Amino acid sequence: MIAPQKPDLVTVNIDGREIAVPKGTNVIEAAKLLGIDVPHYCYHPKLTVVGNCRMCLVEMGMPAVDPATKAPIQDPATGRQKINWMPRPAIGCGTSASPGLHIRTTSPLVRDCQQGVMEFLLVNHPLDCPICDQAGECRLQEQSTGYGRGYSRYIEEKNVKPKRTELGPRVTLDDERCILCSRCVRFCKEIARDDVLGFTERGSSSTLTCFPGRKLENNYSLNTVDICPVGALTSTDFRFKMRVWFLKKTIGIDAESSAGANTTVWSREGVIYRITPRRNDEVNDTWMADSGRLLYKEVGAPGRLNGARVDGVASAIDAAATAAAWLFRTGGIALVGSGRSSVEEQFLTARLAGQLGAEVFLPSRVEKGDGLLVSADRNPNVRGALVTGLVKSLPAPQVSDLATGIDAGRIKAIVSMGEDIVPALSAAQVARVSIVYVGARRNATSDAARIVFPGLTQFEKSGAYINQQFRLQKFEAAVPGPAGAADDRAILGAILAACGAPALPTDLPGLWRAIAAAIPALQNALYSSIPDAGLLLDRTPWAGLPFVEGESLHHKP
Amino acid sequence: MPEQRRLIFQHIDEPGYGNDLACYVRNGGYEVLRRAVQRKPEELIDEVKKSGLRGRGGAGFPCGVKWGLVDRKSGKPIYLVVNADESEPGTFKDRHIIHKDPHQLIEGIMITCFANNVKQAYIYIRGEFPEGARILERAIAEARAANLTGPGILGTAYGCEIYVHRGAGAYICGEETGMIESLEGKRPYPRIKPPYFPAVLGLYQCPTIVNNVETLCHVKHIVDMGGEAYSKIGTPNNTGTRILCVSGHVRRPGYYEFEVGKVTMGQLLNEVCGGPLPGRTLKAVIPGGSSAKVLKFGERFKGKRKVGGEMVDYDWGVEDIPMDFDSLGMIGSMGGSGGVIVMDDSVSMVDALANINAFYSHESCGQCTPCREGSKWMQRITARMVHGVARAEDGALLKSVADQIAGRTICAFGEACAWPTQSFVLKFPEEFKSHEEAKKKADGKAFELA
Repeated sequence: MIAPQKPDLVTVNIDGREIAVPKGTNVIEAAKLLGIDVPHYCYHPKLTVVGNCRMCLVEMGMPAVDPATKAPIQDPATGRQKINWMPRPAIGCGTSASPGLHIRTTSPLVRDCQQGVMEFLLVNHPLDCPICDQAGECRLQEQSTGYGRGYSRYIEEKNVKPKRTELGPRVTLDDERCILCSRCVRFCKEIARDDVLGFTERGSSSTLTCFPGRKLENNYSLNTVDICPVGALTSTDFRFKMRVWFLKKTIGIDAESSAGANTTVWSREGVIYRITPRRNDEVNDTWMADSGRLLYKEVGAPGRLNGARVDGVASAIDAAATAAAWLFRTGGIALVGSGRSSVEEQFLTARLAGQLGAEVFLPSRVEKGDGLLVSADRNPNVRGALVTGLVKSLPAPQVSDLATGIDAGRIKAIVSMGEDIVPALSAAQVARVSIVYVGARRNATSDAARIVFPGLTQFEKSGAYINQQFRLQKFEAAVPGPAGAADDRAILGAILAACGAPALPTDLPGLWRAIAAAIPALQNALYSSIPDAGLLLDRTPWAGLPFVEGESLHHKP
Repeated sequence: MPEQRRLIFQHIDEPGYGNDLACYVRNGGYEVLRRAVQRKPEELIDEVKKSGLRGRGGAGFPCGVKWGLVDRKSGKPIYLVVNADESEPGTFKDRHIIHKDPHQLIEGIMITCFANNVKQAYIYIRGEFPEGARILERAIAEARAANLTGPGILGTAYGCEIYVHRGAGAYICGEETGMIESLEGKRPYPRIKPPYFPAVLGLYQCPTIVNNVETLCHVKHIVDMGGEAYSKIGTPNNTGTRILCVSGHVRRPGYYEFEVGKVTMGQLLNEVCGGPLPGRTLKAVIPGGSSAKVLKFGERFKGKRKVGGEMVDYDWGVEDIPMDFDSLGMIGSMGGSGGVIVMDDSVSMVDALANINAFYSHESCGQCTPCREGSKWMQRITARMVHGVARAEDGALLKSVADQIAGRTICAFGEACAWPTQSFVLKFPEEFKSHEEAKKKADGKAFELA
C-alpha cells in the first residue's frame, strides 16, 4: 500500500470564509467545497480551461505587503492584514488557489458582471424553452433565474442560424441555442481524441460545425450532448421524446464491457428514455460510450420471455423448478454461467453448481478495447465470477469443451444462465442433452430448451458487478420487468430449493449477508453499504491471471 | 510651427529613395547591425531599457521591460513575432515603413533577435497588405543573400531566419496572443492570461517577444545613438519620436513624425495639418486609433500632473494636450497606435459611432461572451438609430451595454469596442438624445417601432 501523497494545502478566503484546498485548485472548485456556487458555462472539471463564457467572474484580492520590507500591511479598520482588491474582475475557472487569495463572489461588481453576461447570452438566444429538450436541466435557465436581471432590454432582431444540423448519426445541433462555450470542441479533442468539431464565421455569427468532410460519429459523441450547458447539442434518440422533469433517475452500470462506467437510467412509468453517465472520478469521470446508452432498447425489444415453460407448456416458476430438479436426477450436468450475471446471481449459480456437482463453463466475450471506456472484455462481470468462486480461471472463448463432453456422454443436461450456447453445438449434440435456460429473451438456446425460465434485463433488477479494477459497483432496478418474468435470483432460489439445497435468502439484504459470510473477499460488503463510487476489492488473489483488458481510463492492467 | 524630428522617416519620401538593399546601404543601412553583433547581447538589452522606449503598437508598454520578462531559463527557443497586422482604423504608419523602407525594419528585427538570442523571427503581416508582403519577401531575400540574415550573419556564429506570414484578414490577429494562435495555424482566439503570457508561454508554448513594426525600427536608432541619448529625445517617460497618422477633416492629413510630447493636438491639427477644411470647425478627434476614447473640442481637462519632480495643475482644452502616452492617458483617452482621426461639424456623432460599431462587431472574434454579443448589440442599436428608429433611451442603453463589456473580456478588444461607445455617448449626449428628432426632420417623416 502506497501512502497517498499529502497535497500541498493553501488557505484561501472566499466571501469571508476560509478553506484549505490543494494548491492550484481553481476558485470554482474551492468555492464548491464551501457550498458557494460560482456560476459558469464553459468550465468543466474534466476539460481544459478556456475562460470564454465570462460567467464565473469574481473579485480577487491578495494580502497587502510592503514592497520594500515584505512585511504585512495591517488594515486599522479591521485589525487584520489589508487586502489589495484588483480593480478588474478575474475568471474563477482560471484563477488558482494561492496562499492568502481572497475572493468575493457576491459583491455588487460581481453581481453586475453576472447580470451582464446573462443578458448577453440571452440577446441572441431563441428562448424557445417550451420546445427545447434541455428545459429543466438547462444551465441557461438555471443561471438566468439565479443570476440574471429577469427582464430584457433587447429590441433588435436576433441572429438566425441553422436549427437542425445533423452533426453525426446520434447528435443534432440547434445552432441558435449555442452559446459557443466550446465544451464539445474540447471534449472531442481532449477526451475522445477525435478532433472533429470547430467554429466557423466569427463574432456573433460564429457557428459550431464539423470540419469539412467529417462527422461527429465517434463512439463518445453523445457526451457532447451531456456537457452542452444549453439545448444546442441534442441526442437524436432522445430529442422531443420526454420532458426531463418527468423522468425518474436510477443508478446503473454500463454492462457493455468490464470498464463498468457508472450511469443514470432515466425512466417514466416503466419506460426507459435515456441513459447518461454518472460521475465517478475513479472509473469513468463524467463520460460513457454511445454504445452503452442504447442498451436500454433491449428492454422493450420483441422476443422477451414472459413465462416459464416446461417442454413448451406454460408453467409456474416453482413447478418448472421441480421439473428441472427431476431432469438433473441423471447427473452429468454442465452449468453455463455468465459474465453478464450479477454478483448475486453468480453466487447462487455457484451454489447450484456445488449442489448438482456440475461442471461450470463461462463463455468469454473478447473484442478490441478502445482504450477509454469500452474494454476488451465485453462481459461486465467476469471478476464477479472469480470472486464468488463460480470459476477459478478466466472464461474460455469457445464452449468446445461442452461439445466434447456431450459427445463423450459425460454431459447429459445443461443449465444456461442466459448464454446462447446452441449455435455452437451440432443438432445431434443438442438432441442428446436436456437444456434448462434462464434468461430474459428468446434465442436458439431457449427454443431448444426443455425448461425455460423468464428472467430480467439488467434494467429491471438490482445487483452488483465487479469491473476490471475489481471495483464492486451496484445498480438498481429502473423499471419493472414484463408480466410473467421473474427475478433471476428468485428463479435460482427456486431451482436450488427444488434440488434440495439448504434454504438461502434471495432478497438483496438477506442474500448479501450470506455472501458476506461465505466469500472472504466480500466479507465487509453489504449491498446497502456499497458506496456510490464503488468498493475497491483486493485483487491480489487473482493477480496472476492473464486478464484481456488493456490500459484505459483510470485502469492500468 | 513645431518641427518634425524624423528618425524612422529619415529617408522615406526623399526623392530617389527606394526600398531596395543597395539604396538602404548607400544611406548607411545595416551599419548599426554590423556594430551591434560585435557587442554583448545584454548590453543591447540595456540600451533599450535605458532608452525608455514604449511600444508603438497601442498599449505603450515599455519595450525593455517586455524583453526583461522573457523566460530565458526554460531551455526552449525564444521567438520574435513582428506585429505588422496594422488593423486599427486610422493607423497607417507600419504599412508605410514596410513599403518604403523594409530594410530598416529588417535591421531592427536582426538587432532585436541578436540581443535576445532569437533564432527565428516571424513577420505577421496583415492579409490586406499583399504588396507589403511581397516587398518584405524580396527585402529578406536580398538581406539573406548579403549575409545580413540567415545562418552566421556578418561573419559571426550567430544566425537568425526571418519569415513572412500573411494574416487571413482579421483585426483580432493584431492582439498578441491571437496572433500567436494564428501563427500556429489556429483560429486567432486570444489566450487567457494567466497563464499564457507570451514572454513565458508564447508561440508553440515557448517564450516569445511580440513587438510592433515601428517599435523595432526604433530599436535600430536606440542602438545607433545609445539608449541614454535616445532617452533625451521626447519627454520624460515618453521618449523618442513617434509617427502620428492624421486622417479626416483637416487640410493636410498624412504621416508626421514628432518627438513624443513635443507637439500638442492643437499644433498638430491647426499648424502642421493646416486646420479644418474651409468653412468648417473641428468637432471631435480620436487621438490613438478608433478604439481610443474620443475628445470633444470645447471640453476642458483639469487635474495635477508631474512636471520634473513636482505636481502642477493643468487645465487643458483639446488643443493643449501634448501628444504623448501619459498626457493622453491622463485625460482619459490614449496615444494608442498613433492614429489621429479628426471630425468636423459636418459629422453626426451617431453616424460616426455606427461606423465604428459596425467595424468592431464585424471584427469581434466571438470567443468570449461580452465582446461577441455586446459589440453586435451596440452595432444593431446604432444601425437602427441611423437607418430606422432612434429612441431617447438608446444613449443610456448603449453606455450600459459598453459598461458590461469593458474589463470583463479575455483580451483588450473588450475595451477597444466599448471605449468609443462610452465616450461618444458621454460627450455628445444631446446628439444621441435628439437623434430621433433629427431623423424625423431629415427624412420628413416619423418612424414607428415595428
